[in-house]
Amino acid sequence: MTQLTLAKALTHGLRRAMDLDVKVLVMGEDVGKLGGVFRVTDGLQKDFGEDRVIDTPLAESGIIGTAVGLALRGYRPVCEIQFDGFVYPAYDQIVSQVAKMRFRSQGRLPMPIVIRIPFGGGIGAVEHHSESPEAQFAHTAGLKVVACSNPFDAYWMIQQAVASDDPVVFFEPKRRYWEKAEVDEDGSPDPLFSSRVVRAGTDVTVLAYGPMVKTAQEAAVAADAEGRSLEVIDLRTLSPLDMDPVLESVRRTGRVVVVHEATVNLGIGAEVAARVSEECFYALEAPVLRVGAFDTPYPPSRIEEEYLPDLDRVLDAVDRALAY
Amino acid sequence: MIDAGALSARFDTAHDLVQLMTPEGERVEHPDFSCELDDEQIRAMYRDLVLVRRIDTEATALQRQGELGIWASLLGQEAAQIGSGRAMRRQDFAFPTYREHGVAWCRGVDPLRLLGLFRGVDQGGWDPRDDGFALYTIVIGAQTLHATGYAMGMQRDGCVGTGDAERDAAVIAYFGDGATSQGDVNEAFIWASVFNAPVVFFCQNNQWAISEPIERQTRIPLFQRALGFGFPGVRVDGNDVLACHAVTSAALQRARDGSGPTFVEAYTYRMGAHTTSDDPTRYRLHDDLEHWKLKDPIARVKAYLARGGGADETYFAEVEAESDDVARRLRERCLSMPDPDVLDIFDQVYADKTPELVRQQQEYAAYLATFEDSETGSGTGSAVDADGDREGAPA
Ligand SMILES: Cc1ncc(C[n+]2csc(CCOP(=O)(O)OP(=O)(O)O)c2C)c(N)n1
Ligand SMILES: [Mg+2]
Repeated sequence: MTQLTLAKALTHGLRRAMDLDVKVLVMGEDVGKLGGVFRVTDGLQKDFGEDRVIDTPLAESGIIGTAVGLALRGYRPVCEIQFDGFVYPAYDQIVSQVAKMRFRSQGRLPMPIVIRIPFGGGIGAVEHHSESPEAQFAHTAGLKVVACSNPFDAYWMIQQAVASDDPVVFFEPKRRYWEKAEVDEDGSPDPLFSSRVVRAGTDVTVLAYGPMVKTAQEAAVAADAEGRSLEVIDLRTLSPLDMDPVLESVRRTGRVVVVHEATVNLGIGAEVAARVSEECFYALEAPVLRVGAFDTPYPPSRIEEEYLPDLDRVLDAVDRALAY
Repeated sequence: MIDAGALSARFDTAHDLVQLMTPEGERVEHPDFSCELDDEQIRAMYRDLVLVRRIDTEATALQRQGELGIWASLLGQEAAQIGSGRAMRRQDFAFPTYREHGVAWCRGVDPLRLLGLFRGVDQGGWDPRDDGFALYTIVIGAQTLHATGYAMGMQRDGCVGTGDAERDAAVIAYFGDGATSQGDVNEAFIWASVFNAPVVFFCQNNQWAISEPIERQTRIPLFQRALGFGFPGVRVDGNDVLACHAVTSAALQRARDGSGPTFVEAYTYRMGAHTTSDDPTRYRLHDDLEHWKLKDPIARVKAYLARGGGADETYFAEVEAESDDVARRLRERCLSMPDPDVLDIFDQVYADKTPELVRQQQEYAAYLATFEDSETGSGTGSAVDADGDREGAPA
């Protein structure tokens, strides 16, 4: 067991993936000598060389487009997009090329590409550095989308994503990069595309992923003090969704609150709400409530704490759910 | 036998750096470009250089003290920005990256406005049409297409090639060496070329894109790429304010005349970190920096003026004092910049606010009011009327 930050856990996970398979490549802007702006690839170029840890020219479409070619050649590229807001120049390559290659070849071609994206706000950054575009990828058939929330998962999920023969868009909660936890490097992880109950409870089911898992857990602690028992589920996988643990929980609690930093409108929460109402309508005591961003672009950082869902807004939704 | 060597031989990398003043402050002649400025104008440029460096230093200090979230310093690039910025006319238009504080200065943009983005109180917030200075653009390269489109608009408005110095206009697009790899930038080159748009592509090659050296973006001098797109390219000593001014003046005039785009590569060096969040000791040698210190853009102008009698110690001292004054006032005003009101952001998204957004704004206002009630017992503020307009909010 080692104490690792989430960022370091990713580094260890990547290192192990590279050790296990010489076809695994890391590529992106500043991933080499600098080790990435968040130091997630720190030391990898030194140990695996410039052929396997590639500082690319400054062009996201180029990063993903060349990853497609490398994948065709049998490599397993792990591409870093420096910040969420800079993924869009690569959007065509991701949505039209990466996502559809297997389908267009009638199932013949694997696309073992991982696209790592630090996402979310709360770090006081300037515009384009705090966005949550996960739904835009989850909405695309052919891509799988996951989000880790803690060091243990980060360590294992990145390795599982690398091992996947399907393309995985891998969201990393950037404001949690520096949070530490025990990581058992010999442990046994849950499957990649599974959600998990991280706190058992009886009154309301709170669903979250990425940076909001911690917020949801804090809300559960606060609620506990007021005599309310929240069950918190870390969705972990956004496409495909793993609804079984969610439905099982909702059948017990009858109430659901979904929390994410992304806009509520057409977000992951909307899909979850629809599935819950389809699958366990009669178990519901209240409508599925969503806590997330307003329909505005991400605001200047001085007011981001007011904009982002926080403990109070989660508890407010919990109160409303319980009021039905 | 196939002779692949024949191709390599055609790969001509000979190039010429336009320079009109040496790092020692000696004026030199160039066959194609000449300095049209008299000593008084050069003195004014010296003042610009010193002031923007001082503003930049103050901003870095403000960041260190927690007053700005981040700052992107222009240290070392003052001459490229002042030389090109002062080549612009009132009716011209600039499209900056996030580092063009010197160009902003030349356009008459209040430096305080630049701080808002970095302090996190706004995202620029100025109207680009006021000073012919677009919003800072962080997404690398995007603004080069905007610049090209704007230039095409000028063309259609009959503001190109009329011969009227008050009317003919051009656009200048700023970007870095790293940006030249982006698709958008290459598309801008193609558009500008095909439509003969009145735009100058002004690339500050400061040798670095965060941690990546220029070799990661190109194998030939950047200005030579222009030819392949169908317009001239020129490399200028980016630390020579006279050369930057002369070359940009010529390129802008060429655009205003209707002769189309030019690529200007200002060869310079990023003397500081990429931003205050960056640690360049992880990826670059100290030696480079020492070498470039000898080419400082301000020292050479000062040496020239002092030697030729264009300015004396009194003048230098005055500029120094003025720069401290500007910095002091900037600091004061920065500290008193108000935080935005979160309820205002709902008003800034659309021309016609959507019903959904109106609802969200009202609900959030009501939600915030519950805290005011419990904390202060007053319940004032945060009032949003039925149309979703905030009381007292600017229209
Ligand atoms: C599309 C996009 N990708 C990545 C980034 C992150 N980023 C910010 S500045 C920068 C390097 C830019 O280098 P260059 O164009 O040379 O300009 P300089 O910063 O040196 O002035 C990078 C990669 C970004 N802002 N936009
Ligand atoms: Mg650069």
